[in-house]
Amino acid sequence: MFRFFCVPAAWAVWLWVGLAVSAQAQERPVAFRGAQILPVEGAPIAEGLLVVQGGKILAIGPVDSTPVPAGAEVRDVTGKVIMPGLVDSHSHVGGGSGVGADGSAPIQPEVRALDGIDVADASISKARAGGITTVNVMPGSGHLISGQTLYLKLRQARTIDDVLILLPDGTPAGGLKMANGTNSRRDPPFPGTRGKSASLVRERFVAAQDYMAKVARAKDDPEKRPARDLALEQLGEVLAGRRVVQFHSHRHDDIMTVLRLHKEFGFKVVLHHVSDGWRVAKEIAEAQVPCSIIFVDSPGGKLETRDLSVRIGAVLEQAGALVGFHTDDSITDSRRFLRSAGMAVRGGMSREGALAGVTLANAKILGLDARVGSLVVGKDADFIVLSGDPLSVYTHVEQTWVEGAKVFDRSVPQDRLWAVGGPGAGDPRRPHYCCFGDAWGLIAAANGDQ
Amino acid sequence: MTFSLRSVLALSLTGLLCQALRAAAEAVDTLPPMPLAIHGAQVYPVSGAPIRDGLVLIRDGKIAYVGPAAGRVYTADHRVLRAAVVVPGLVDARGTVGVSGLLNQPHDQEQVERSAPIQPELRAMDAYNAKDELVAYVRARGVTTIHTGHGPGALISGQTLVVKLLGRGSDADVLVPAAMFATTLGADAITQEKGKSPGTPAKAIALLRAELIKARDYASKWTKAADDKNPARDLRLEALGRALDGTQPLMISVDRARDILAALRVAKEFGLKIVLEGCADATEVLTEIKASGFPVILHPTMARSNLTRHNVSVETASKLKAAGIPFAIESGFESYVPKTRIVLFEAAVAAANGLGREAALAAITLDAARLLGVADRVGSLEVGKDGDVALYDGDPFEYTTRCVGVAINGQLFPAEVSAP
Repeated sequence: MFRFFCVPAAWAVWLWVGLAVSAQAQERPVAFRGAQILPVEGAPIAEGLLVVQGGKILAIGPVDSTPVPAGAEVRDVTGKVIMPGLVDSHSHVGGGSGVGADGSAPIQPEVRALDGIDVADASISKARAGGITTVNVMPGSGHLISGQTLYLKLRQARTIDDVLILLPDGTPAGGLKMANGTNSRRDPPFPGTRGKSASLVRERFVAAQDYMAKVARAKDDPEKRPARDLALEQLGEVLAGRRVVQFHSHRHDDIMTVLRLHKEFGFKVVLHHVSDGWRVAKEIAEAQVPCSIIFVDSPGGKLETRDLSVRIGAVLEQAGALVGFHTDDSITDSRRFLRSAGMAVRGGMSREGALAGVTLANAKILGLDARVGSLVVGKDADFIVLSGDPLSVYTHVEQTWVEGAKVFDRSVPQDRLWAVGGPGAGDPRRPHYCCFGDAWGLIAAANGDQ
Repeated sequence: MTFSLRSVLALSLTGLLCQALRAAAEAVDTLPPMPLAIHGAQVYPVSGAPIRDGLVLIRDGKIAYVGPAAGRVYTADHRVLRAAVVVPGLVDARGTVGVSGLLNQPHDQEQVERSAPIQPELRAMDAYNAKDELVAYVRARGVTTIHTGHGPGALISGQTLVVKLLGRGSDADVLVPAAMFATTLGADAITQEKGKSPGTPAKAIALLRAELIKARDYASKWTKAADDKNPARDLRLEALGRALDGTQPLMISVDRARDILAALRVAKEFGLKIVLEGCADATEVLTEIKASGFPVILHPTMARSNLTRHNVSVETASKLKAAGIPFAIESGFESYVPKTRIVLFEAAVAAANGLGREAALAAITLDAARLLGVADRVGSLEVGKDGDVALYDGDPFEYTTRCVGVAINGQLFPAEVSAP
């Protein structure tokens, strides 16, 4: 039995209420005719029709039985493949290590990715070229809690506001990044052991429980309210189920620690990376905790990833866990995100599970499945046009559409540059991410030196 | 707890059995492997046209037949293997597998020694660990020969070797013990550690030139001096002497156009034989590279965009090919995760981005073997060459295809998945 992540449907719907339709969305219906359509929810359509209007999917079905609305612009996409826009549940596009906590303390839930992302960064354009339409931009894993993550819709953007997914209260949707294992271990005030790591986290969640209780007792009386604490406030959001924890965890025992914390505090959690997950797949599935996993081409690089396997997707799928994939860009390239699905199948995962792993499973993981992740009438018109089988190395993403607006077109020279690289495709302003210059620096950091 | 006589006997018997099995295993290891008959729905010799329903026979470690299966009989002592696709064992033109280990802990990272910027005397033979798990890992995906050794990160970090991935830890695995000198120009070799590393690209070139001049003087003293007046042996200058006389090329890691040109300038000044490695900006200086006649070991196709590679392109391989520049594709060096790339996967992305299947396969087999000077032994399926083959259950470049068999010198090794 396939167990879905326990995001209540009501919560997912609530998340989306009040979202304005993209201003760029077309008013006249556009019908894409003749492509093979892989809706992810529902059976593949050999020769399909996809109609979009006002940023939403208006109709989808076989060409023979699906009428083209009056006045629609018809685009012939015969021979192409259309599937939902890709959803990446863990990425560092738009700013690398600058989006999270700063190393001054191990627990910093008050830090927002929102304040660190540069939408003009080349990595964002490259993600669109890879077919990614929704992405969770995360702070790094060098802290027990490194800050609030941010969900982006990769609309054409001038400022960060153009790509936000807003909650009804006007705040941007996102999760909370946590980590255990070796990345978050360092000299004090950071923890030096796994036991201490868990203990520090528990202490803060207990403090947040107290804080929330005080807030609740104060009701509307500002005199009785505790002084506002940005960190505890966010942990309170997590405890209330309004913000999901995205937990970096590699080793099997660290994964069990996450499940233990999940049980103790009742927060919603997604396991990220899960390298050793094959050892505890049954426990993960029983806890109904979803997994966001990564495919890299060889094990190692650090002790806790020595046993990672290309079979991880298959093992977790067979155990009944919800499995999405992530790029961890720039660990793997957003432009090759579909490759993760191919590698999952290489490791024995079902084709259906692999395609869901880059779309619907991630939409569920982010609590956005009411609007994205599959091609269903009423959902956002986020889709990609491919030259062929999504799992083939020879296939290119030809077009990426977000809410009915085209944001990438391989036939346009500038967009092609983002897709393949070359002079002008880079972003020389800053090195990406943290870790590639010097293995020794990384090892030293992991071992507690600076 | 007391032992009964029976359990003691049983234990001894088990022990004896284990010993016997171990002895048998060792004996098998030293015996010549069973001859192989490998049937492929498609056989790609690389040196010639693909063969449908082809057959490769391997006996005494060497290829004895490559051609159509139809009508070809072989003796019953052959072990028969079948696969959708059979290609030559892959040749990785440059990696650090066996030198930069899987765990990425100080005890298994031997690729760079930071005590001095120029140390060409460091031999790869003294650093290579054939038992590192990554050796078996890449072999299971079809890689049978690798050019490995000291890595980027110092101006000259040491030497490289070409080794067959037999994993025995024996010097006999090595095809070329002193292949090249791992040299790095540009940002990767520049740190702010004063005295241990150049601080600017121009300083790197100045240091390199000064050392080459010293080595030239040293070599000329040896040539001119009477036998009893030879200068004291200097391993460093002696090594660089081999770069100067062209017997051991400098493999220069460069990405930016400026640094590629600097490498060509130094090569010209000293009459060096060099190999350009990395070359993210190669397309900006194709004319100069072509005119130099030097080959390129191209960065992994999926190399990350970073400080020196911010313009990295998946189409560079196809442009080198079109320009007629000899090149091979590498797995390269990785400092973090993945700890090594798989050269097959890198060629696959090049194949799909303008290079095409045939040229991409050549870039990780015969072209790589030629570039490394080992094409007489490996790189193609030809009679008389080493029995190195890789078997796949489909197009080797597809993400979903698995490696189902690997042989080196006719000896079978565990593949990614067992053959059906």
